Amino acid sequence: MESEKTILDNVAETAGQAGDAAMAAAEAVSEDALDVLNAAEAEADATADALWQNADAAAEMAAEAVDAANETVTDGGVATKKAKSASVKSPKRKSKNLARGNAIAGLLFVLPFIIGFIIFLVYPLSMSVRMSLNKVSATSNGLSFVPVGFWKPGSNFYKIFRDEKDFIEAFVNELKRMLLFVPGILVFSFFMATLLNQEFKGRTVVRAIYFLPVILASGVFLGLDANNPLINNVKEVMRAENSFSNITNTLEDILLTGETGNKFFQYVIDIVGQVYDIAMASGIQIIVFLSGLQTIPPSMYEAAKMEGCTGWESFWKITWPLIKAMVLVNIVYTLIDFFTRTDSALMKLINDTLLIRFEYGKVAAMSWAYFIVIAAVLGVSALFFSRGVYYND
Amino acid sequence: MTRAERRKAFWERNRKSGGYLLRKKIKSVLFSIGRAILIFGLCFLIVQPLIQKLCVSFMTEMDLYDTTIVSVPRHFSTESYSIAWRLYKGIPTFARSLGLSVAVALLQVLSCTLVGYGFARYKFPLKKLLFGFVILTLIVPPTTIVTPLFLYFGDFDIFGIIGKITGTGKGLNLQGKAIPYLMMCAACAGYKAGLYIYMMRQHFRNEPKELEEAAYVDGCGRLRTFFQILLPGARPMMVSCFLFAFVWQWTDQIYSRIFFPINTWDLVSTKLFNIVNLFDGENKARFGMGYVTQTAYSNQIQATGSLMALVPLLIIYVVAQKSFVESISQSGIKG
Repeated sequence: MESEKTILDNVAETAGQAGDAAMAAAEAVSEDALDVLNAAEAEADATADALWQNADAAAEMAAEAVDAANETVTDGGVATKKAKSASVKSPKRKSKNLARGNAIAGLLFVLPFIIGFIIFLVYPLSMSVRMSLNKVSATSNGLSFVPVGFWKPGSNFYKIFRDEKDFIEAFVNELKRMLLFVPGILVFSFFMATLLNQEFKGRTVVRAIYFLPVILASGVFLGLDANNPLINNVKEVMRAENSFSNITNTLEDILLTGETGNKFFQYVIDIVGQVYDIAMASGIQIIVFLSGLQTIPPSMYEAAKMEGCTGWESFWKITWPLIKAMVLVNIVYTLIDFFTRTDSALMKLINDTLLIRFEYGKVAAMSWAYFIVIAAVLGVSALFFSRGVYYND
Repeated sequence: MTRAERRKAFWERNRKSGGYLLRKKIKSVLFSIGRAILIFGLCFLIVQPLIQKLCVSFMTEMDLYDTTIVSVPRHFSTESYSIAWRLYKGIPTFARSLGLSVAVALLQVLSCTLVGYGFARYKFPLKKLLFGFVILTLIVPPTTIVTPLFLYFGDFDIFGIIGKITGTGKGLNLQGKAIPYLMMCAACAGYKAGLYIYMMRQHFRNEPKELEEAAYVDGCGRLRTFFQILLPGARPMMVSCFLFAFVWQWTDQIYSRIFFPINTWDLVSTKLFNIVNLFDGENKARFGMGYVTQTAYSNQIQATGSLMALVPLLIIYVVAQKSFVESISQSGIKG
């Protein structure tokens, strides 16, 4: 039995040595068996049958032990492995043990997410990839898939980019709206945050009102007007008839008749025209900026003022560098929020294709094209704006 | 000091500064007036649609067609409320929505708290990659996965396990039941779960490490440390996450439309989404197929309907406004 111990204790033992030791162990076992036999012979009074059975069993055991020993010789690695696993449990490696325990505990804490991610996200996503590459039709016993390939006439991607004018149009419009909205939301929310950061009466009420869009512009409320065909008709009639002049229209005319900066003015006017939508979409962004502004110690501004900094200078030298991390967060949040909205024309097109025309393959292709573009835009803007971000901690 | 004395002192100081003080005072007054106008205007921008809806909801159908009436109704009436209430099917719908929202929010908060804690305090292999996946769940538009999910739950099976247990070889048909969505919430795959994980992670990261170390030294296990030491401190953030989850579930119609079919599982959000069509259908059933529902009238019903759906949320918002606003600032969202 001692020889077994030697195997376990000695980590550096070579495979051959381990095999030898195991052989010795096997010999020891067979010796035990012989002892049993001897004892059996000594007890001659006992019934002969039982005696011989015992002896047989002992002999068998001995043979097995020898076999096992031979196996160990041929596969000496097993013994070394055993020895290694025994060594992990030794008190010397306690810190490593703790780290492993922590890793297991951490994985257990995160387990719900891993399960959910695999079952409820990876699976649907892979299925949607499959659908996008197949012609999917619903039959009485489930769906039938006919492979159509990625890019050739008749495939889903080919169809949506070549044949379907609506999709391209909605897609381009969505990207254009993004260029209009995302900067608009960022500027607006930053402006509002600086306003709300100042001291004035009724500040809490105003803050509450500005955060209200988080509720008002969520889910079903957002899509209500888009879903109401009757209202849409009325809106168009109103837009057509609303041609009488007022101050904003006149101002717009004056600005747009100038030769230079035409496009820029048009851009600004477009943003101002959307101010309601922008205000409704910037609830969380305002709070994020506000919290960022409040982490800047007022003493910094005081010091700058003493040194003769103007407000403009202290904005670019103090506020902007410290708020840049928030800008990054807000860009990412705004982009995600913008792209996952449900009231866009593109989403409506996707929903119609799904719920009215039942073209699963096409829907999957559309969603994937959309998703890839979102990921690209997000990645590029995150990379671009994460340069030179200063973290306070 | 009386008023007159103060005024006198002011002019004295102004004279000494060579008119600088007066100019400064005028500037700051003008600035605050300008700011007040701006803030009021922008507040009005947000609140106006609500007020307009409120006004319209109390009009009679006659008033709606009267062009001289803009906001104050001439004939006060609560008829639109009773119509909307009827279309909602009243209390059962609201109770169902309430129960579902509470259940969903609870499950989401519980699972996301666990996961957020795991991400904040433990080191394990592939941690960064897994957290990248959390962000990925936020980016994936729900429309991309909703269809496959819907089809998936028609024959729900996890790697063929359920099929073997039941012995039929087929999964369970869970379409039109609440379980699939609740399962998703419990597994951090509900609507915006990634955001809650992120918020909880930020919260736990900001807690002092010494708290846990002291607990470990005193012989507290990992689970007990979490439940007894860290969880009580995380309550405010959990409340905020709960509120967000509740509001977003109450108004959600992306998942709800797929998982909770109308008529068998009426929810406030799905009902509201279809309220114009329902109203039109009711009128057609009553007055014959040729009846055309006036836009203004259906619009009024929709306004009333959305007000009714908003009331519980507004109550919650007023009560827990601080929780909403502070959670975002406290989580100190940083990269």
